[in-house]
Amino acid sequence: MIKIQNVTFHHGQSQILNDISLDIPKTGVTALIGPNGAGKSTLFAVMARLLPIQSGSISFDGTDIRKTASRDLARKLAIMRQDTHFASRITVRDMVGFGRFPHHQGRASQEDREKVAEALIEFDLADLADRFVDELSGGQRQRVFVAMAYAQDTDYLLLDEPLNNLDMHHARNLMRQLRALADDHGKTIVVVLHDINYAAAYSDRIIALKQGSIAAHDETDAFMCDEIVSQVYDMQVRIQTIEGQKIALHHI
Amino acid sequence: MLVSRIPRTLAALLAGASLAVAGIIMQTFVRNRFVEPGTTGTAECAALGILATTLFIPAAPLFLKMVISSGTALAGAAVFMMLVRKLPPTQPLLVPLTGLIYGATIFAATEFVAYEYDLLQYLSVWMAAEFSGVMQGRYELLWVSGAVAVLAYFFADRFTIAGFGQETAIGLGLNYRQVLIIGLCIVALITSFTIITVGMIPFVGLVVPNIVSRYRGDNARETLPLIALLGGTLVLASDLIGRLINYPYEIPVGVVFGVLGTVVFLWLLFAKPARNG
Repeated sequence: MIKIQNVTFHHGQSQILNDISLDIPKTGVTALIGPNGAGKSTLFAVMARLLPIQSGSISFDGTDIRKTASRDLARKLAIMRQDTHFASRITVRDMVGFGRFPHHQGRASQEDREKVAEALIEFDLADLADRFVDELSGGQRQRVFVAMAYAQDTDYLLLDEPLNNLDMHHARNLMRQLRALADDHGKTIVVVLHDINYAAAYSDRIIALKQGSIAAHDETDAFMCDEIVSQVYDMQVRIQTIEGQKIALHHI
Repeated sequence: MLVSRIPRTLAALLAGASLAVAGIIMQTFVRNRFVEPGTTGTAECAALGILATTLFIPAAPLFLKMVISSGTALAGAAVFMMLVRKLPPTQPLLVPLTGLIYGATIFAATEFVAYEYDLLQYLSVWMAAEFSGVMQGRYELLWVSGAVAVLAYFFADRFTIAGFGQETAIGLGLNYRQVLIIGLCIVALITSFTIITVGMIPFVGLVVPNIVSRYRGDNARETLPLIALLGGTLVLASDLIGRLINYPYEIPVGVVFGVLGTVVFLWLLFAKPARNG
Protein backbone atom coordinates (compact mmCIF):
# COMPACT_ATOMS: atom_id res chain seq x y z
CA MET A 1 0.00 0.00 0.00
CA ILE A 2 1.15 3.53 -0.71
CA LYS A 3 0.45 5.74 2.27
CA ILE A 4 0.57 9.48 1.73
CA GLN A 5 0.12 11.52 4.88
CA ASN A 6 -0.36 15.28 5.11
CA VAL A 7 1.93 16.04 2.19
CA THR A 8 2.22 19.69 1.29
CA PHE A 9 4.43 21.30 -1.30
CA HIS A 10 4.97 24.93 -2.05
CA HIS A 11 7.08 26.72 -4.58
CA GLY A 12 7.89 30.20 -3.33
CA GLN A 13 4.59 31.79 -2.38
CA SER A 14 2.30 29.42 -4.26
CA GLN A 15 0.94 26.33 -2.58
CA ILE A 16 1.05 23.46 -5.09
CA LEU A 17 0.01 20.56 -2.87
CA ASN A 18 -2.23 21.25 0.05
CA ASP A 19 -2.23 18.68 2.86
CA ILE A 20 -2.71 15.54 0.73
CA SER A 21 -3.51 12.32 2.55
CA LEU A 22 -4.17 9.18 0.54
CA ASP A 23 -4.06 5.43 0.82
CA ILE A 24 -3.49 3.67 -2.49
CA PRO A 25 -4.11 -0.07 -2.08
CA LYS A 26 -1.72 -2.68 -3.43
CA THR A 27 -2.31 -4.22 -6.87
CA GLY A 28 -4.39 -2.72 -9.62
CA VAL A 29 -4.17 0.45 -11.67
CA THR A 30 -4.77 3.81 -10.02
CA ALA A 31 -5.25 6.84 -12.26
CA LEU A 32 -4.31 10.32 -11.13
CA ILE A 33 -6.27 12.96 -13.04
CA GLY A 34 -7.22 16.60 -12.76
CA PRO A 35 -7.20 19.87 -14.66
CA ASN A 36 -3.96 21.59 -15.68
CA GLY A 37 -2.06 22.96 -12.72
CA ALA A 38 -3.88 20.77 -10.22
CA GLY A 39 -0.60 19.39 -8.88
CA LYS A 40 -0.69 15.91 -10.47
CA SER A 41 2.88 15.99 -11.71
CA THR A 42 4.13 17.53 -8.48
CA LEU A 43 2.46 14.80 -6.45
CA PHE A 44 4.01 12.28 -8.83
CA ALA A 45 7.46 13.82 -8.45
CA VAL A 46 7.21 13.85 -4.65
CA MET A 47 6.09 10.21 -4.60
CA ALA A 48 8.95 9.30 -6.94
CA ARG A 49 11.48 11.18 -4.69
CA LEU A 50 12.31 13.49 -7.61
CA LEU A 51 11.24 16.41 -5.41
CA PRO A 52 11.94 16.57 -1.68
CA ILE A 53 9.07 16.12 0.75
CA GLN A 54 8.62 19.49 2.42
CA SER A 55 6.20 18.21 5.03
CA GLY A 56 4.25 15.04 5.65
CA SER A 57 5.34 11.53 4.76
CA ILE A 58 5.03 8.94 2.00
CA SER A 59 5.63 5.23 2.41
CA PHE A 60 5.46 2.15 0.18
CA ASP A 61 4.51 -0.95 2.18
CA GLY A 62 5.69 0.83 5.29
CA THR A 63 9.03 1.88 3.72
CA ASP A 64 9.31 5.61 4.35
CA ILE A 65 10.86 7.19 1.27
CA ARG A 66 12.67 9.81 3.29
CA LYS A 67 14.35 7.27 5.52
CA THR A 68 15.33 4.82 2.80
CA ALA A 69 18.33 4.94 0.49
CA SER A 70 17.49 5.78 -3.10
CA ARG A 71 19.20 2.58 -4.20
CA ASP A 72 16.90 0.47 -2.02
CA LEU A 73 13.83 2.37 -3.18
CA ALA A 74 14.81 1.57 -6.78
CA ARG A 75 14.08 -2.07 -6.00
CA LYS A 76 10.64 -1.16 -4.67
CA LEU A 77 9.37 1.33 -7.21
CA ALA A 78 10.15 2.08 -10.82
CA ILE A 79 9.29 5.44 -12.32
CA MET A 80 8.75 6.55 -15.86
CA ARG A 81 8.53 10.14 -16.88
CA GLN A 82 8.03 11.68 -20.26
CA ASP A 83 11.50 12.64 -21.40
CA THR A 84 11.50 14.44 -24.70
CA HIS A 85 15.20 15.14 -24.50
CA PHE A 86 16.76 11.72 -24.66
CA ALA A 87 20.20 12.07 -26.20
CA SER A 88 22.05 8.84 -25.49
CA ARG A 89 22.77 6.32 -28.23
CA ILE A 90 22.09 3.09 -26.40
CA THR A 91 20.87 -0.16 -27.89
CA VAL A 92 17.43 -1.32 -26.84
CA ARG A 93 18.93 -4.37 -25.15
CA ASP A 94 21.39 -2.28 -23.09
CA MET A 95 18.70 0.25 -22.21
CA VAL A 96 16.33 -2.40 -20.89
CA GLY A 97 19.37 -3.95 -19.19
CA PHE A 98 19.93 -0.76 -17.20
CA GLY A 99 16.58 -1.48 -15.57
CA ARG A 100 18.44 -4.23 -13.70
CA PHE A 101 21.05 -1.80 -12.37
CA PRO A 102 19.38 -1.40 -8.95
CA HIS A 103 19.72 -5.17 -8.49
CA HIS A 104 23.26 -5.77 -9.67
CA GLN A 105 25.00 -2.36 -9.44
CA GLY A 106 26.97 -3.05 -12.59
CA ARG A 107 27.62 -6.79 -12.36
CA ALA A 108 24.88 -8.49 -14.32
CA SER A 109 24.28 -12.14 -13.43
CA GLN A 110 22.65 -14.82 -15.55
CA GLU A 111 19.36 -14.10 -13.79
CA ASP A 112 19.60 -10.43 -14.78
CA ARG A 113 20.19 -11.33 -18.41
CA GLU A 114 17.22 -13.70 -18.38
CA LYS A 115 15.03 -11.00 -16.92
CA VAL A 116 16.08 -8.61 -19.70
CA ALA A 117 15.43 -11.21 -22.38
CA GLU A 118 12.01 -11.81 -20.88
CA ALA A 119 11.21 -8.08 -20.87
CA LEU A 120 12.26 -7.77 -24.51
CA ILE A 121 9.87 -10.54 -25.50
CA GLU A 122 7.06 -9.33 -23.24
CA PHE A 123 7.09 -5.92 -24.91
CA ASP A 124 7.69 -7.17 -28.40
CA LEU A 125 11.15 -5.63 -28.64
CA ALA A 126 13.20 -8.72 -29.51
CA ASP A 127 13.50 -7.66 -33.16
CA LEU A 128 14.64 -4.19 -32.18
CA ALA A 129 17.08 -5.33 -29.48
CA ASP A 130 20.23 -4.24 -31.31
CA ARG A 131 18.89 -0.94 -32.65
CA PHE A 132 19.79 2.35 -31.00
CA VAL A 133 17.01 3.91 -28.92
CA ASP A 134 17.45 7.30 -30.63
CA GLU A 135 16.58 5.75 -33.99
CA LEU A 136 13.20 4.43 -32.88
CA SER A 137 9.80 6.04 -33.31
CA GLY A 138 8.13 7.67 -30.33
CA GLY A 139 5.86 4.70 -29.74
CA GLN A 140 8.69 2.19 -29.88
CA ARG A 141 10.81 4.28 -27.56
CA GLN A 142 7.96 4.49 -25.06
CA ARG A 143 7.75 0.71 -25.15
CA VAL A 144 11.48 0.50 -24.39
CA PHE A 145 11.02 2.65 -21.29
CA VAL A 146 8.12 0.55 -20.07
CA ALA A 147 10.16 -2.61 -20.70
CA MET A 148 13.02 -1.07 -18.73
CA ALA A 149 10.69 -0.33 -15.82
CA TYR A 150 9.37 -3.89 -16.10
CA ALA A 151 12.91 -5.29 -15.99
CA GLN A 152 13.48 -3.27 -12.84
CA ASP A 153 11.06 -5.78 -11.34
CA THR A 154 9.52 -3.63 -8.63
CA ASP A 155 6.17 -4.01 -6.91
CA TYR A 156 5.25 -0.44 -7.77
CA LEU A 157 5.34 1.35 -11.08
CA LEU A 158 4.68 5.08 -11.33
CA LEU A 159 4.13 6.75 -14.71
CA ASP A 160 3.73 10.45 -15.44
CA GLU A 161 1.52 11.11 -18.46
CA PRO A 162 2.88 8.21 -20.51
CA LEU A 163 0.39 8.84 -23.30
CA ASN A 164 1.82 12.23 -24.24
CA ASN A 165 3.01 12.21 -27.84
CA LEU A 166 1.50 8.80 -28.53
CA ASP A 167 -1.06 8.27 -31.28
CA MET A 168 -4.29 6.39 -30.60
CA HIS A 169 -2.85 3.05 -31.58
CA HIS A 170 0.18 3.28 -29.33
CA ALA A 171 -1.77 4.89 -26.50
CA ARG A 172 -4.21 1.99 -26.40
CA ASN A 173 -1.40 -0.55 -26.61
CA LEU A 174 0.42 1.03 -23.70
CA MET A 175 -2.69 1.12 -21.52
CA ARG A 176 -3.38 -2.53 -22.32
CA GLN A 177 0.18 -3.41 -21.36
CA LEU A 178 -0.18 -1.57 -18.05
CA ARG A 179 -3.43 -3.41 -17.42
CA ALA A 180 -1.69 -6.71 -18.14
CA LEU A 181 1.18 -5.83 -15.79
CA ALA A 182 -1.34 -5.28 -13.01
CA ASP A 183 -3.49 -8.34 -13.79
CA ASP A 184 -0.87 -10.92 -14.77
CA HIS A 185 2.15 -9.79 -12.78
CA GLY A 186 0.47 -8.33 -9.70
CA LYS A 187 2.09 -4.90 -10.08
CA THR A 188 0.70 -1.82 -8.41
CA ILE A 189 0.50 0.91 -11.02
CA VAL A 190 -0.09 4.60 -10.46
CA VAL A 191 -0.44 6.57 -13.66
CA VAL A 192 -0.96 10.29 -14.20
CA LEU A 193 -3.37 10.68 -17.11
CA HIS A 194 -4.62 13.66 -19.00
CA ASP A 195 -7.61 12.04 -20.66
CA ILE A 196 -10.32 10.90 -18.28
CA ASN A 197 -11.61 8.30 -20.72
CA TYR A 198 -8.36 6.33 -20.63
CA ALA A 199 -8.62 6.40 -16.86
CA ALA A 200 -12.25 5.22 -17.06
CA ALA A 201 -11.38 2.36 -19.38
CA TYR A 202 -8.20 1.02 -17.80
CA SER A 203 -8.00 1.92 -14.13
CA ASP A 204 -9.50 0.36 -11.03
CA ARG A 205 -9.74 3.60 -9.13
CA ILE A 206 -9.41 7.28 -9.90
CA ILE A 207 -7.96 10.05 -7.79
CA ALA A 208 -8.79 13.58 -8.92
CA LEU A 209 -6.70 16.55 -7.86
CA LYS A 210 -7.89 20.10 -8.08
CA GLN A 211 -5.93 23.16 -6.96
CA GLY A 212 -3.53 21.07 -4.94
CA SER A 213 -6.16 19.15 -3.00
CA ILE A 214 -7.97 15.88 -3.54
CA ALA A 215 -11.28 16.66 -5.21
CA ALA A 216 -12.53 13.10 -5.48
CA HIS A 217 -11.24 9.58 -4.90
CA ASP A 218 -13.27 6.49 -5.70
CA GLU A 219 -13.55 3.21 -7.56
CA THR A 220 -13.62 3.96 -11.26
CA ASP A 221 -17.23 2.92 -11.72
CA ALA A 222 -18.49 5.12 -8.87
CA PHE A 223 -16.22 7.99 -9.89
CA MET A 224 -17.59 8.16 -13.40
CA CYS A 225 -20.81 10.07 -12.82
CA ASP A 226 -21.93 13.50 -14.03
CA GLU A 227 -21.69 15.23 -10.64
CA ILE A 228 -18.17 14.18 -9.68
CA VAL A 229 -16.54 14.70 -13.06
CA SER A 230 -18.32 18.03 -13.62
CA GLN A 231 -17.20 19.25 -10.23
CA VAL A 232 -13.57 18.20 -10.77
CA TYR A 233 -13.24 20.01 -14.07
CA ASP A 234 -15.58 22.93 -13.31
CA MET A 235 -17.62 22.26 -16.44
CA GLN A 236 -20.72 20.35 -17.35
CA VAL A 237 -19.72 16.83 -18.41
CA ARG A 238 -22.19 14.06 -19.27
CA ILE A 239 -21.24 10.43 -18.67
CA GLN A 240 -22.76 7.90 -21.07
CA THR A 241 -22.50 4.13 -21.08
CA ILE A 242 -21.56 2.75 -24.48
CA GLU A 243 -21.12 -1.00 -24.85
CA GLY A 244 -20.85 -1.30 -21.08
CA GLN A 245 -18.06 1.29 -20.89
CA LYS A 246 -18.60 4.61 -19.15
CA ILE A 247 -17.43 7.48 -21.30
CA ALA A 248 -17.21 11.17 -20.46
CA LEU A 249 -18.56 13.35 -23.23
CA HIS A 250 -16.28 16.24 -22.38
CA HIS A 251 -15.51 17.38 -25.89
CA ILE A 252 -19.02 18.24 -27.08
CA MET B 1 65.85 6.87 -27.80
CA LEU B 2 64.95 6.09 -24.20
CA VAL B 3 65.39 9.68 -23.18
CA SER B 4 63.17 11.39 -25.71
CA ARG B 5 61.60 9.09 -28.34
CA ILE B 6 59.79 6.64 -26.07
CA PRO B 7 58.67 9.30 -23.59
CA ARG B 8 57.37 11.43 -26.46
CA THR B 9 55.38 8.52 -27.89
CA LEU B 10 53.97 7.59 -24.51
CA ALA B 11 53.14 11.20 -23.70
CA ALA B 12 51.14 11.56 -26.91
CA LEU B 13 49.26 8.34 -26.29
CA LEU B 14 48.51 9.13 -22.65
CA ALA B 15 47.48 12.72 -23.24
CA GLY B 16 45.25 11.79 -26.18
CA ALA B 17 43.60 8.90 -24.38
CA SER B 18 42.88 10.76 -21.17
CA LEU B 19 41.68 13.95 -22.89
CA ALA B 20 39.26 11.90 -24.98
CA VAL B 21 37.94 10.26 -21.82
CA ALA B 22 37.53 13.66 -20.14
CA GLY B 23 35.62 14.80 -23.23
CA ILE B 24 33.11 11.96 -23.18
CA ILE B 25 32.46 12.39 -19.46
CA MET B 26 31.68 16.07 -19.98
CA GLN B 27 29.46 15.34 -22.99
CA THR B 28 27.57 12.70 -21.03
CA PHE B 29 26.92 14.98 -18.08
CA VAL B 30 25.68 17.99 -20.00
CA ARG B 31 23.89 15.68 -22.47
CA ASN B 32 25.36 17.51 -25.39
CA ARG B 33 27.86 16.26 -27.94
CA PHE B 34 29.46 19.58 -28.74
CA VAL B 35 31.45 20.21 -25.58
CA GLU B 36 34.81 19.23 -24.09
CA PRO B 37 36.97 20.61 -21.27
CA GLY B 38 38.92 22.76 -23.75
CA THR B 39 35.84 24.56 -25.06
CA THR B 40 33.92 25.03 -21.83
CA GLY B 41 36.28 26.91 -19.54
CA THR B 42 37.77 23.95 -17.66
CA ALA B 43 41.16 24.24 -19.37
CA GLU B 44 41.14 28.02 -18.97
CA CYS B 45 40.40 27.68 -15.27
CA ALA B 46 43.22 25.19 -14.87
CA ALA B 47 45.59 27.65 -16.59
CA LEU B 48 44.35 30.42 -14.31
CA GLY B 49 45.15 28.17 -11.35
CA ILE B 50 48.73 27.55 -12.51
CA LEU B 51 49.18 31.23 -13.27
CA ALA B 52 47.97 32.21 -9.82
CA THR B 53 50.32 29.70 -8.22
CA THR B 54 53.24 30.98 -10.27
CA LEU B 55 52.46 34.53 -9.19
CA PHE B 56 51.71 34.10 -5.53
CA ILE B 57 53.80 31.08 -4.59
CA PRO B 58 56.70 31.19 -7.07
CA ALA B 59 58.55 28.48 -5.18
CA ALA B 60 55.56 26.13 -5.20
CA PRO B 61 56.49 22.52 -5.83
CA LEU B 62 54.90 20.75 -8.78
CA PHE B 63 52.55 18.91 -6.47
CA LEU B 64 51.03 22.11 -5.11
CA LYS B 65 50.63 23.47 -8.64
CA MET B 66 48.79 20.30 -9.58
CA VAL B 67 46.46 20.51 -6.61
CA ILE B 68 45.63 24.18 -7.15
CA SER B 69 45.08 23.93 -10.90
CA SER B 70 42.95 20.80 -10.46
CA GLY B 71 40.91 22.71 -7.91
CA THR B 72 40.32 25.69 -10.17
CA ALA B 73 39.55 23.34 -13.08
CA LEU B 74 36.98 21.55 -10.94
CA ALA B 75 35.39 24.83 -9.90
CA GLY B 76 35.32 25.94 -13.55
CA ALA B 77 33.65 22.72 -14.67
CA ALA B 78 31.11 22.87 -11.85
CA VAL B 79 30.15 26.46 -12.67
CA PHE B 80 29.73 25.49 -16.33
CA MET B 81 27.44 22.61 -15.31
CA MET B 82 25.32 25.03 -13.30
CA LEU B 83 25.14 27.48 -16.19
CA VAL B 84 24.07 24.73 -18.59
CA ARG B 85 21.26 23.59 -16.30
CA LYS B 86 19.55 26.92 -16.79
CA LEU B 87 19.51 26.55 -20.58
CA PRO B 88 16.41 25.25 -22.36
CA PRO B 89 16.96 21.65 -23.56
CA THR B 90 15.25 22.54 -26.84
CA GLN B 91 18.23 24.68 -27.86
CA PRO B 92 21.20 22.27 -27.87
CA LEU B 93 23.55 24.71 -29.63
CA LEU B 94 23.29 27.15 -26.73
CA VAL B 95 25.35 24.74 -24.63
CA PRO B 96 28.60 24.90 -26.66
CA LEU B 97 28.07 28.62 -27.25
CA THR B 98 27.73 29.25 -23.54
CA GLY B 99 30.85 27.17 -23.00
CA LEU B 100 32.84 29.18 -25.54
CA ILE B 101 31.78 32.51 -24.09
CA TYR B 102 32.38 31.33 -20.54
CA GLY B 103 35.80 29.94 -21.47
CA ALA B 104 36.75 33.07 -23.43
CA THR B 105 35.81 35.29 -20.50
CA ILE B 106 38.00 33.34 -18.10
CA PHE B 107 40.79 33.22 -20.67
CA ALA B 108 40.61 36.98 -21.16
CA ALA B 109 41.01 37.53 -17.44
CA THR B 110 43.88 35.04 -17.31
CA GLU B 111 45.55 36.68 -20.29
CA PHE B 112 45.22 40.12 -18.72
CA VAL B 113 46.89 38.97 -15.53
CA ALA B 114 49.60 37.19 -17.53
CA TYR B 115 50.17 40.33 -19.61
CA GLU B 116 50.45 42.51 -16.54
CA TYR B 117 53.10 40.24 -15.05
CA ASP B 118 54.89 39.41 -18.28
CA LEU B 119 53.91 35.76 -18.19
CA LEU B 120 52.13 35.52 -21.56
CA GLN B 121 54.71 33.07 -22.86
CA TYR B 122 53.86 30.59 -20.14
CA LEU B 123 50.20 30.88 -20.97
CA SER B 124 50.73 30.04 -24.61
CA VAL B 125 52.78 27.01 -23.57
CA TRP B 126 49.92 25.73 -21.41
CA MET B 127 47.17 26.29 -23.93
CA ALA B 128 48.90 24.88 -27.01
CA ALA B 129 50.39 21.44 -26.67
CA GLU B 130 53.95 20.75 -27.70
CA PHE B 131 55.56 17.37 -27.41
CA SER B 132 59.03 18.46 -28.48
CA GLY B 133 59.96 19.32 -24.91
CA VAL B 134 58.93 15.91 -23.63
CA MET B 135 61.79 13.97 -22.16
CA GLN B 136 62.29 11.38 -19.52
CA GLY B 137 61.49 12.91 -16.15
CA ARG B 138 59.25 15.59 -17.61
CA TYR B 139 56.12 13.77 -18.65
CA GLU B 140 55.55 11.19 -15.90
CA LEU B 141 52.59 13.13 -14.53
CA LEU B 142 50.70 11.98 -17.60
CA TRP B 143 50.81 8.44 -16.23
CA VAL B 144 48.69 9.72 -13.37
CA SER B 145 46.36 11.30 -15.88
CA GLY B 146 46.14 7.95 -17.68
CA ALA B 147 45.47 6.19 -14.38
CA VAL B 148 42.64 8.62 -13.66
CA ALA B 149 41.18 7.81 -17.07
CA VAL B 150 41.35 4.10 -16.23
CA LEU B 151 39.61 4.88 -12.94
CA ALA B 152 36.76 6.35 -14.98
CA TYR B 153 36.10 2.90 -16.39
CA PHE B 154 34.99 1.66 -12.99
CA PHE B 155 32.19 4.23 -13.05
CA ALA B 156 31.25 3.56 -16.68
CA ASP B 157 27.73 2.28 -15.96
CA ARG B 158 27.03 5.10 -13.56
CA PHE B 159 28.17 7.71 -16.08
CA THR B 160 25.96 6.18 -18.74
CA ILE B 161 22.96 6.27 -16.41
CA ALA B 162 23.73 9.87 -15.40
CA GLY B 163 23.59 10.65 -19.13
CA PHE B 164 19.95 9.51 -19.22
CA GLY B 165 19.08 12.58 -17.16
CA GLN B 166 18.64 13.25 -13.49
CA GLU B 167 15.14 11.80 -13.18
CA THR B 168 15.87 8.47 -14.84
CA ALA B 169 19.09 8.24 -12.84
CA ILE B 170 17.25 8.77 -9.55
CA GLY B 171 14.63 6.28 -10.64
CA LEU B 172 17.39 3.69 -11.00
CA GLY B 173 18.60 4.51 -7.51
CA LEU B 174 21.77 6.30 -8.61
CA ASN B 175 23.35 8.83 -6.29
CA TYR B 176 23.29 11.39 -9.09
CA ARG B 177 25.11 14.18 -7.30
CA GLN B 178 27.91 11.90 -6.15
CA VAL B 179 28.42 10.51 -9.65
CA LEU B 180 28.59 14.05 -11.06
CA ILE B 181 31.21 15.06 -8.52
CA ILE B 182 33.35 11.99 -9.22
CA GLY B 183 33.10 12.57 -12.97
CA LEU B 184 33.96 16.26 -12.76
CA CYS B 185 36.95 15.47 -10.52
CA ILE B 186 38.21 13.07 -13.17
CA VAL B 187 37.74 15.72 -15.87
CA ALA B 188 39.51 18.36 -13.76
CA LEU B 189 42.48 16.13 -12.90
CA ILE B 190 43.03 15.03 -16.49
CA THR B 191 42.75 18.59 -17.80
CA SER B 192 45.15 20.11 -15.31
CA PHE B 193 47.73 17.30 -15.55
CA THR B 194 47.75 17.57 -19.32
CA ILE B 195 48.15 21.34 -19.23
CA ILE B 196 51.00 21.19 -16.74
CA THR B 197 52.96 18.59 -18.68
CA VAL B 198 52.39 19.09 -22.41
CA GLY B 199 49.71 21.75 -22.76
CA MET B 200 46.10 21.62 -23.94
CA ILE B 201 45.30 19.77 -27.15
CA PRO B 202 42.02 21.22 -28.35
CA PHE B 203 39.32 19.13 -30.05
CA VAL B 204 40.52 15.72 -28.85
CA GLY B 205 37.78 15.49 -26.25
CA LEU B 206 35.25 16.77 -28.76
CA VAL B 207 35.97 14.77 -31.89
CA VAL B 208 37.01 11.37 -30.59
CA PRO B 209 33.87 10.60 -28.53
CA ASN B 210 31.70 11.72 -31.44
CA ILE B 211 33.37 9.31 -33.84
CA VAL B 212 33.02 6.41 -31.42
CA SER B 213 29.44 7.28 -30.49
CA ARG B 214 28.48 7.30 -34.14
CA TYR B 215 29.49 3.70 -34.66
CA ARG B 216 29.31 2.11 -31.25
CA GLY B 217 26.77 4.15 -29.31
CA ASP B 218 27.06 5.60 -25.82
CA ASN B 219 27.24 2.66 -23.48
CA ALA B 220 30.37 3.81 -21.67
CA ARG B 221 31.32 0.34 -20.51
CA GLU B 222 31.79 -0.62 -24.14
CA THR B 223 32.95 2.70 -25.59
CA LEU B 224 35.37 4.10 -22.97
CA PRO B 225 38.26 1.79 -23.96
CA LEU B 226 37.66 2.56 -27.63
CA ILE B 227 37.56 6.29 -26.96
CA ALA B 228 40.83 6.11 -25.03
CA LEU B 229 42.47 4.02 -27.74
CA LEU B 230 41.34 6.24 -30.58
CA GLY B 231 42.25 9.42 -28.68
CA GLY B 232 45.77 8.16 -28.04
CA THR B 233 46.25 6.95 -31.59
CA LEU B 234 45.00 10.12 -33.25
CA VAL B 235 47.12 12.40 -31.08
CA LEU B 236 50.19 10.26 -31.74
CA ALA B 237 49.45 10.34 -35.47
CA SER B 238 48.98 14.13 -35.36
CA ASP B 239 52.30 14.51 -33.59
CA LEU B 240 54.04 12.37 -36.23
CA ILE B 241 52.47 14.33 -39.07
CA GLY B 242 53.44 17.59 -37.41
CA ARG B 243 57.02 16.40 -37.17
CA LEU B 244 57.37 15.08 -40.69
CA ILE B 245 55.36 17.48 -42.82
CA ASN B 246 57.79 20.36 -42.52
CA TYR B 247 60.92 18.51 -41.46
CA PRO B 248 63.22 19.49 -39.81
CA TYR B 249 60.82 22.02 -38.30
CA GLU B 250 57.82 21.00 -36.21
CA ILE B 251 54.20 21.96 -36.40
CA PRO B 252 52.59 21.82 -32.91
CA VAL B 253 50.37 18.83 -32.40
CA GLY B 254 47.43 21.05 -31.46
CA VAL B 255 47.52 22.72 -34.87
CA VAL B 256 47.61 19.43 -36.75
CA PHE B 257 44.86 17.92 -34.65
CA GLY B 258 42.86 21.14 -34.91
CA VAL B 259 42.91 21.00 -38.70
CA LEU B 260 42.18 17.28 -38.89
CA GLY B 261 39.63 17.52 -36.10
CA THR B 262 37.72 20.35 -37.76
CA VAL B 263 37.42 18.38 -40.99
CA VAL B 264 36.20 15.28 -39.18
CA PHE B 265 33.84 17.32 -37.07
CA LEU B 266 32.26 19.07 -40.04
CA TRP B 267 31.76 15.72 -41.69
CA LEU B 268 30.12 14.44 -38.50
CA LEU B 269 27.81 17.44 -38.38
CA PHE B 270 26.61 17.09 -41.93
CA ALA B 271 26.63 13.36 -42.54
CA LYS B 272 23.65 11.32 -41.45
CA PRO B 273 24.12 9.23 -38.31
CA ALA B 274 25.22 5.70 -39.11
CA ARG B 275 22.56 3.07 -38.61
CA ASN B 276 23.26 0.12 -36.48
CA GLY B 277 22.92 -3.38 -37.93
